[in-house]
Amino acid sequence: MVYRTLFPRDMFAELDRLQREMQQAFDLSPSIRGVARGGYPAMNVGGTPKSVEIYAFAPGVDPATLDVQIEKGVLTVAGERRLEPPPEKATAHIDERFAGRFRRVVTLPDDADAGNVQARYRDGVLHISIARRQAAQPRRIEIQ
Amino acid sequence: MNETTTVNKQTAGAAGEGAILPPVDVIEDSAGITLYADLPGVPRERLDIQIESDTLTIAGEVVLDIPEGMEASHVEVGLPRYRRVFTLSKELDPNRVNAEFAHGVLKLRIPKAEHAQPRKVEIKVM
Repeated sequence: MVYRTLFPRDMFAELDRLQREMQQAFDLSPSIRGVARGGYPAMNVGGTPKSVEIYAFAPGVDPATLDVQIEKGVLTVAGERRLEPPPEKATAHIDERFAGRFRRVVTLPDDADAGNVQARYRDGVLHISIARRQAAQPRRIEIQ
Repeated sequence: MNETTTVNKQTAGAAGEGAILPPVDVIEDSAGITLYADLPGVPRERLDIQIESDTLTIAGEVVLDIPEGMEASHVEVGLPRYRRVFTLSKELDPNRVNAEFAHGVLKLRIPKAEHAQPRKVEIKVM
């Protein structure tokens, strides 16, 4: 049986977490989909003139179970993380790592080309690179 | 207090440079302690595990494949390194630590010293 110790978790780890959450609350323009609690997988997003780069920090996931989809300009990363079951008669002293199903969603810029995507999983990071459309010219709207 | 076999938690120390405190699981059974740490983005050669007397330090540098001229627009992992320090308790054997590292997850197995293995105390019936 696994049970937690009665003592509170490391105070500094808690402060660290609090600080991260505060930073998220202030740094980001709040997204309509919010920020996943605990942030698994944590995500970094960046862009170059030619591509949109997304880094999902998803350690310990079987790459075959990762599901990446782009639909209507929205990128979804989903999967499940299973942890090794603890041996019998074990005590969990610290239990901080995420386990279970996850799903995170990113809105892509309009010029992202869903047909030109590369995804690689290395060292626990899923790196998705989406090319921008060359002809991302401003569109003229006809008035009838 | 819980003075038996806990790997005591410590702060990241007085390291001047910022580092992410990686989430860990620490599980103890009768033969030893297993520690799992999430260190996504750290290649094997940039992972550094040190045990000095009773201090275990886990450190790693994040290496990402970032195209030239990329501008970040949303950052949740904002520091390029991880660091976490633990104090080992006496009955753990630092000479027989076994480490595995795959997909950004470190698994450390720290067995208990022979003399600290559980022994059943026999009760004599008078």
